Amino acid sequence: MSDAARTLPHRPEIHRETEQAKTFGVVEKPLSAWERVYNLGFVRKLALLAVLALAWELYARSIDNSLIFPTFSATARALYEGFVEGGLLLRAWTSIRVLLMGYAAGLALAAVLTVLAITTRVGTDLLETLTAMFNPLPAIALLPLALIWFGLGEASLIFVLIHSVLWAVALNTHSGFMSVSMTLRMVGRNYGLTGLRYVAGILIPAAFPSILTGLKIGWAFAWRTLIAAELVFGVSSGSGGLGWFIYENKNLLEIQNVFAGLFTVILIGLLVENVIFRTVEIRTIRKWGMQH
Amino acid sequence: MNDVTLGAPLLDVSGVTLQYKTREHLITATYRVDFKVYPSDRFILLGPSGCGKSTLLKAVGGYLQPVEGEIRLKGSPIGRPGPDRMMVFQEFDQLLPWKTVLENVMFPLVASGKLHGAAARDKAMHYIDKVNLTKFADSFPHMLSGGMKQRVAIARGMAMEPDILLMDEPFAALDALTRRKMQDELLQLWDETRFTVLFVTHSIPEAITIGNRILLLSPHPGQVKAEINSLARGDTDPVRAKELEDRINAMLFSDRIEQEEAAHE
Repeated sequence: MSDAARTLPHRPEIHRETEQAKTFGVVEKPLSAWERVYNLGFVRKLALLAVLALAWELYARSIDNSLIFPTFSATARALYEGFVEGGLLLRAWTSIRVLLMGYAAGLALAAVLTVLAITTRVGTDLLETLTAMFNPLPAIALLPLALIWFGLGEASLIFVLIHSVLWAVALNTHSGFMSVSMTLRMVGRNYGLTGLRYVAGILIPAAFPSILTGLKIGWAFAWRTLIAAELVFGVSSGSGGLGWFIYENKNLLEIQNVFAGLFTVILIGLLVENVIFRTVEIRTIRKWGMQH
Repeated sequence: MNDVTLGAPLLDVSGVTLQYKTREHLITATYRVDFKVYPSDRFILLGPSGCGKSTLLKAVGGYLQPVEGEIRLKGSPIGRPGPDRMMVFQEFDQLLPWKTVLENVMFPLVASGKLHGAAARDKAMHYIDKVNLTKFADSFPHMLSGGMKQRVAIARGMAMEPDILLMDEPFAALDALTRRKMQDELLQLWDETRFTVLFVTHSIPEAITIGNRILLLSPHPGQVKAEINSLARGDTDPVRAKELEDRINAMLFSDRIEQEEAAHE
């Protein structure tokens, strides 16, 4: 024993009775109504939106030039009229229909590429090379080529949409598959799962957080690409989409309609993000404790 | 029980040499290991880290092929992983996070085509009940403590009623108190169902508590040092346990002492 240890003083032992919980005030108490309302994400976001709308209104009124910057109220009115009589809904649907077709085709191709990539080494190399080449290439840059190959119309739009969806989704899905833990892989093989049953039963749900991120990014890319493409080559069969609506109204100097068109694009984006993707998230990765 | 002649072994590991590659090296994990596991054995693979005991278990699981020797289960060689050898891993993330406790236990039953629908559910509930998790059948794994997750993994393994249950240090990541409790529970389950288990551990007291037969392995690469009998089930005499522990200690670490003596001379 060292000298220091030998010189430690002797201390008496301490024993205590613990007190009953009721003797010391709060153990658990409900939060106040205000705290609970403030804890709701959508309430906070709505309040933020209201402040932004107010700032917009005030600024637009101070400029007082509806050709450059129409007020929030004028835009809201244009939006309302567009929905009720101007066929804005129809335009939006035209865009969304093309978008969904391109998105679905992109996802299917991404699925094929990633399944190839996890089953064979050549597939991995192929996916990595293709993604490195094409992911940085803006979809719009392919539009002139698409017009030559597929002509003026939906086929060209779908082509550029596939390009914008495919790489983001494939990249995220693949990196999700790669990061599935060794233990889960071994568990899956222990059950005797092989091939597509193994992919569907173990890899896809285990990699779902990354896959969902890929789907979201893909959706946003597709939406941007579509509106931009419609602005460039507009209409094929008399009923253009939202991009064409914006372009048309710019030419007519109906700036509040331009704003209403942009607003619709934003609204659809918000709706998809906050309703569709959010619901999927709550029902899957949040419920499973993969995201907090 | 020793008077009864042993039948054919359930698991026969003969002359197994295992190698695996890291980025830079080819490593021999075990060298010509032999042992036989009989039905209802609680067979322990015991040794210090680096003795290849987990690698050996993975080979029995079918994740790795021996470069020399053979592993036979009920007479036929092991080719690939399969539900006749259910694994219980050390890691808490071995449960599928997207399935509830009940679904986790049911999944291998259904996936392997062993049982379907209500039959699978009943079987799963039976074993969930055995590990005292009935109240948590509809919980997701992330809501459970580490010990509870391991109990689910054990229930999942047992529900399949495999030929042999393979356990890779399943209690190593638990705190000491939970660990003691889980060891007792496992033994109680064994009393009820007499399953065969191959159990890997580096803890000598755990080996003595759980096993009836203990294989001692030396490190780098793993070679069989001894295969000894543990205390009989129900024998809780601390003196005999201590004696056995000292004996195992002496066997496992005799090399090291000899080496140290050689260094001193």
